[in-house]
Amino acid sequence: MATVEKPIRDIEEATVRFCGDSGDGMQLAGTQLTNTSALLGNDVATLPDFPAEIRAPRGTLAGVSGFQIHFASHDIYTPGDTVDALVAMNPAALATNLSDLAPGGTLIVNEDEFEDRQIKQAGYLTNPLSDGSLDGYQLFRVPMTRLTRLAVAEQNLGVKESDRCRNFFAMGLVFWLYDRPLDPTLRYINDKFSKRPEIAEANRRALRAGVNYGETVDAFTSHYRVRRAKLAPGTYRNIMGNEALATGLIAASKLSNCELFLGSYPITPASDILHELSKFKHYGVRTFQAEDEIAAVTSAIGAAFGGSMSVTSSSGPGIALKQEAIGLAVMTELPLIVINVQRGGPSTGLPTKTEQADLGQAIFGRNGECPLPVIAARSPADCFEVAIEAWRLATRYMTPVMLLSDGFIANGSEPWRLPNVADLPTISVEHPGALNEGDTFRPYARDERLARPWALPGTPGLMHRIGGLEKQDITGNVCYDAENHQHMVHLRARKVANIANDIPEQTVDGPASGDLLVVSWGGTYGACATAAHHAQTEGQAVAHCHLRYLNPLPRNLGEILSRYRRVLVPELNRGQLRMILRAEYLVNAVGLNKIKGKPFVVGEVTRKINELLKGETNGATNGDGFVPTPTQSPVSLREGLQGD
Amino acid sequence: MATEISLPVLSPNDFASDQEVRWCPGCGDYSILAQMKKVLPTLGVPPERTVFVSGIGCSSRFPYYMNTYGIHSIHGRAPAVATGLKASRPDLSVWVITGDGDALSIGGNHLMHAIRRNLDINIILFNNQIYGLTKGQYSPTSPLGKVTKSTPLGAIDNPIYPLSVAIGCEATFVARSTDTNIKHLSMVLKRAAEHRGTSFVEVYQNCLVFNDGAFDYATERDQKVEHTVELEHGKPLIFGKNRDRGIRLNGMNPEVVELGRGISEDDLLFHDERLPEPSLAYLLSRMRYPEFPEAIGVFRDVDRPRYEELLNDQIAEARKAKGDGELAKLFSAGETWTVEA
Repeated sequence: MATVEKPIRDIEEATVRFCGDSGDGMQLAGTQLTNTSALLGNDVATLPDFPAEIRAPRGTLAGVSGFQIHFASHDIYTPGDTVDALVAMNPAALATNLSDLAPGGTLIVNEDEFEDRQIKQAGYLTNPLSDGSLDGYQLFRVPMTRLTRLAVAEQNLGVKESDRCRNFFAMGLVFWLYDRPLDPTLRYINDKFSKRPEIAEANRRALRAGVNYGETVDAFTSHYRVRRAKLAPGTYRNIMGNEALATGLIAASKLSNCELFLGSYPITPASDILHELSKFKHYGVRTFQAEDEIAAVTSAIGAAFGGSMSVTSSSGPGIALKQEAIGLAVMTELPLIVINVQRGGPSTGLPTKTEQADLGQAIFGRNGECPLPVIAARSPADCFEVAIEAWRLATRYMTPVMLLSDGFIANGSEPWRLPNVADLPTISVEHPGALNEGDTFRPYARDERLARPWALPGTPGLMHRIGGLEKQDITGNVCYDAENHQHMVHLRARKVANIANDIPEQTVDGPASGDLLVVSWGGTYGACATAAHHAQTEGQAVAHCHLRYLNPLPRNLGEILSRYRRVLVPELNRGQLRMILRAEYLVNAVGLNKIKGKPFVVGEVTRKINELLKGETNGATNGDGFVPTPTQSPVSLREGLQGD
Repeated sequence: MATEISLPVLSPNDFASDQEVRWCPGCGDYSILAQMKKVLPTLGVPPERTVFVSGIGCSSRFPYYMNTYGIHSIHGRAPAVATGLKASRPDLSVWVITGDGDALSIGGNHLMHAIRRNLDINIILFNNQIYGLTKGQYSPTSPLGKVTKSTPLGAIDNPIYPLSVAIGCEATFVARSTDTNIKHLSMVLKRAAEHRGTSFVEVYQNCLVFNDGAFDYATERDQKVEHTVELEHGKPLIFGKNRDRGIRLNGMNPEVVELGRGISEDDLLFHDERLPEPSLAYLLSRMRYPEFPEAIGVFRDVDRPRYEELLNDQIAEARKAKGDGELAKLFSAGETWTVEA
């Protein structure tokens, strides 16, 4: 059959999702499409979504793993509200993901897997491919299993191994559909399977078979092109949140000339920070996989006493275990970074899903009056800068710093413009030297920022003892005196509050005053920024204010809040920042609160903005402000039950 | 003549802090503190390179009384604090001071893992078989039936034996001493300090207020010779006022025998603290009063690589293989692309 060049159409952006069983290699397919698109010069944003089980039973709804990628020829901040092209490898994947596909969207299914047993397992009464229920989409029924087996037949692999190449077939087809080059994926195959040439060849053939299928089969009448985005000039790489965080920590260690010590215990979704840092021993990085969360943080405190740049990384449940020790770090006034990659809670909650419900834990989570600085990353690449900033604050103020990320940021990725090393700030860290004969060392004396000296063991004459018992001001001796305790509680609080003078004033995007201010923090940045931007292009007086610093809050925030008629605080929790803003500034802030283990889509924020502008909502209520969509299917309810 | 570098001669006072010691009068901790201050000047490590790390409890106030660096941390976690410190600062001499509740109850997990990692630290466990600072509840080493504030009808949990735990974790140095036998105690502390690897020392310590006399059998002048046997490397296990009794192995089990009447010293169990296999040390740790004399001295002293050395060797080797890490290289790892102005 002679192939005719099919027409190619330019589009500005596309959102694609691969979904299948957790063993189907969907995360790999998504990652390859991401890297390829990034290398093409598109702006990209991703949303991996996988179950808590490593391998849930095949074909079940609980076992579906997905990866969504949004790529565009302009700046984007979210992985996309609705999916333009959905690749579903089996009926369960179709059932759990179809609701996100745009009306009329491209739906590619592996029709070989739509046999009775799997269809029933996915909760369908009839075969969705033939019962007309998919009429609203452009359905492409592709016999992927059979075609992949044929493509790799010469490699003489077993059925299981042949079928494992199906994700490369799916990738090939999507690469054809969006006119993506194969080179990056071919390079990946060469690297990854260098020791198993027959598997490498099978994957190459499956990939090409997918491309050829798109090119030759009549059903596909045209394909698309998304041109490179006009990003700021520079060299870029695609980076995931946890990777950026690890990179930022190493940078902070070099910039401050302190060797990095990470005490950590594996926990989803923070483990990759431990994995990543453990690769960089030649950067002087010591990683210690502790016996538990408490040992992770206390070992870091021990290393901090010795002069290391100390870090402990975890997620919500682990942070809960660390809190007593974080109190010790507050009392002993040692620099320490505590990373919380938040996930759905409470308790074990939704380990692989995202949430922002640990802000309260970060700010108030310890016993006693125990303030510490809290800062949050807003996107994968932003983790790099936030890590450096955390260490700057920790050392300048001799305090533990809580750094908040979340599952969405940690596993998501975006292009990162490589910083010029010379442009990075140096972090000057000083340790007092030996004393003159006759002088007394005062471990709890303070500098102008109220920070105490970081005296290191090994320095003659500076021997001192620290601990969790209340300290006498200046001498650091154990002291139960009532006046001293009140004084020290205020002193520690003032020290942290002073940080407000050392951080940039808060800025807003959009009009300096107006009808509505959207206030966000953490991983909801992209959805809020995009929604506010849309409102502005429609001529609405809506501005967006995104907080990196959550404790202390920026010194001009109260004044900013007062310049807008309404304040909206979208959060993936029941309103934790909103409560703080209301308490701190007596502002009548309204919430948009979603607690589904998923990030906001732009449309959700937009709807709330419009609702508030029309005055439909009474801001005085403290309800969740988030109504489950009436179209919510039993499937998405069931989805909320997985994970342990 | 070669130039002589004169090292300052240190005395116990050089290791004493200016803080008032606040243990109850007559507490066994005073004696341990005194022996520690005597031993430290003999080690050749100056106060500024010595760090005491403790948890919570009466014993854990110890660092405040030493003119060294110190951390009085949180309950049970001292071994983990010490691990982070020693792993990142191998140049420091690190001591962990802990008690039976701190080390074996709330901190059992950390104790186990510190011991198996074998960092070069010294863990001194003050065992008084009671919670002192919380005023007299039973501890994990209290005997069955022990009547305390929280066990008015007697303790029903089986006690844990610190040395058996340490040996189970394959500790490379395990020893026991008592607060009143000050010569023996300072010998054991010195041996612990000299051992390279985690040294675990249990000290029988009297709590005058809440558990007075718990170890009388092992510490009182007239009783201790009958109820303890002092371990000496290469020597048979002999005890008793007249040194006329010994420990013999009967199959896998120790038994008390009387010397003479056909039993000679050669028939007795000879102590070997350097056996790579920890079974003998474990067997000795299971000899308990009143069935047996309890062993004091060094149970085990063997060599195994230390965690901090392995960790820092990996760093040195990575630097040798890959060069000292540069930020620019780190940033541009993987595939990059350039956007022109």
